[in-house]
Amino acid sequence: MILTTIFFARITQLAKNQKILRWFFVFFVSFACFAMRPSAGAIGQSSTAPSRIISLIPAVSEMLFAIGAGAQVVAVSSFDEYPAEVRKLPRVGALLDPDLERILSLAPDLVVVYESQTDLRRQLERASIPMFIYKHAGLADVTTTIRLLGGRIGRDAEANALVTRIDAGLAGIRARVAGRPKPRTLLVFGRDALALRGIYASGGVGFLHDMLIAAGGENVFADVKQQSVQATSELILARAPEVILELRAGDMTAEQRKREEDVWRVLSSVPAVRSGRVSIINDPLTVVPGPRVAEGTELIARLLHPDTFAQ
Amino acid sequence: MTVRRRIAVATAGFGALAVAAITLAPLVGSTSIDLRRALDWSVPFADNVDAQIFFVARLPRTLAGALVGASLATAGVVFQGLLRNPLATPFTLGVSSGAALGAMLAITFDWTLGIAGISAVPAAAFAGAACAVTIVYALARAHRRGLSTDILLLAGVTLNAFFSALILCVQYFADFADAYRTLRWLMGDLDVSSYQPIITSLPLVIVSFFVFAWLARPLNLLSLGVDSAETRGLAVTYAQRSAFFSASLATGAAVSIGGPVGFIGIIVPHLVRLIVGSDHRVVLPASALFGAAFLVGCDVLARTLIAPVEIPVGVITALIGGPFFLWLLVRRT
Repeated sequence: MILTTIFFARITQLAKNQKILRWFFVFFVSFACFAMRPSAGAIGQSSTAPSRIISLIPAVSEMLFAIGAGAQVVAVSSFDEYPAEVRKLPRVGALLDPDLERILSLAPDLVVVYESQTDLRRQLERASIPMFIYKHAGLADVTTTIRLLGGRIGRDAEANALVTRIDAGLAGIRARVAGRPKPRTLLVFGRDALALRGIYASGGVGFLHDMLIAAGGENVFADVKQQSVQATSELILARAPEVILELRAGDMTAEQRKREEDVWRVLSSVPAVRSGRVSIINDPLTVVPGPRVAEGTELIARLLHPDTFAQ
Repeated sequence: MTVRRRIAVATAGFGALAVAAITLAPLVGSTSIDLRRALDWSVPFADNVDAQIFFVARLPRTLAGALVGASLATAGVVFQGLLRNPLATPFTLGVSSGAALGAMLAITFDWTLGIAGISAVPAAAFAGAACAVTIVYALARAHRRGLSTDILLLAGVTLNAFFSALILCVQYFADFADAYRTLRWLMGDLDVSSYQPIITSLPLVIVSFFVFAWLARPLNLLSLGVDSAETRGLAVTYAQRSAFFSASLATGAAVSIGGPVGFIGIIVPHLVRLIVGSDHRVVLPASALFGAAFLVGCDVLARTLIAPVEIPVGVITALIGGPFFLWLLVRRT
């Protein structure tokens, strides 16, 4: 019963959003045609550089600070942690619970929103507040977003410099791992504590998969064209990964990390378990598709190719 | 046919089905294994991938399916008899939502059982179920002596709604990945990948099955109505209390292994009744065996249909069980 309730809530939400989106599109097109007004201003194409920016996306907040617009950021999402400056800023909700009232009260002249936040987007539109719409996909989209963001807030030069730095970092890693054997890797991003249950691993698309490939690994679930795969013990045994990397949020002591790594010992025929190449990465670097992606990728590359990075 | 004979025939028939399901299920999966190599003891276990797939992945999963299926099916029979309501399921009285709340909290806050060093999700689920059972029981006997099945039912349904709201609330504030994992837990998952949860739950299930064996006769009397049962010398309150606690215990144990796998507790008892009649002395053992066979069969489909991607087993039980049950219902009436 609970299940159905939750499911229905999700499905109606989804259907509603899509309907709203379609309705909105029709409305927008007819508005542009009949009112004979240039569409500038409709989705907030302001000509001056924004001075009060709110970001609902941690990765974009990082980007803003990295391209020198940190001083213009007046509020961030409830999940923002980096750079340290964001901790002092007001929090205005996140993907599912944006606080429109607080957003409006801060009088922003640019709000960075997720593409899927259709309700919020409509409300901000009604309030004539300019928006930057963020789409999240693969690793290549990180630099695209930085460029677009730079163009939007009048910091093209800084954005281009940052993109060059990220590309150079990634190219450096790719060069170092080029020609090295690619270890078959299981990249886990969710699992029940202290049990081999509820394991979710990266499938063959998305940001995590891209990072793994850039770090010189091969994804054991590359053939599953989904962002996440529920990895049962049979699948893990059959795919026989040479390396198991687990991304874990939250602070862990060394002892906790050891205990969690030991859980994998049950699957003793898996090459990664036999050669002791099971590692828990307890660092937010690897989960934020922001300006530090090269550092995150290097963290993975170091575990995949310890010899190459030993010096 | 005497009752004894009918029990023997039903047990033999459904038993054969259960044995067949449990023997065949570990032979198939998302990958193909060489059975001869899997059972070849000369290869060290640590090197033998086939043996590990067979003994670490498939066998515990099959046994978990059998245990959960048998428990939920019989608990369904007992709850339907106790509440004298054909729509009752093991989850009607709030056991599953209590368990779900416990599991959700354990998943969201990453609880672990300190010294034992095992995941706290099953334990938290069981604790949540126990908590729900206690509340419902306390409410049902608050006003008068004995147990009011009406209040039991109403309290259970209300508690279900209340716990569901709490679950949604925790889920709303939880991390995205945790929220998804809880949603997945609610669909049922038998991939236990160790024997430990089965061994932990087995004593609880055995205890409740012993009580069920004793309950067959009282449940038959209760089906005539509380007053007639009383005039025939049944200690009604005692029987009701035993039924409530034993069925809740079996449900809690099952849910702590595999999550709230839906539909088993309603489809299996009714299907069995359509075949063997409504005498609880026959229905109870037949439901246990058929429930085991049915869930093991559904789990085989869950892990092979669109392999390597897995379908939640609760989705399969509902998709297969629902239409099949309706067809049987229409054909019989």
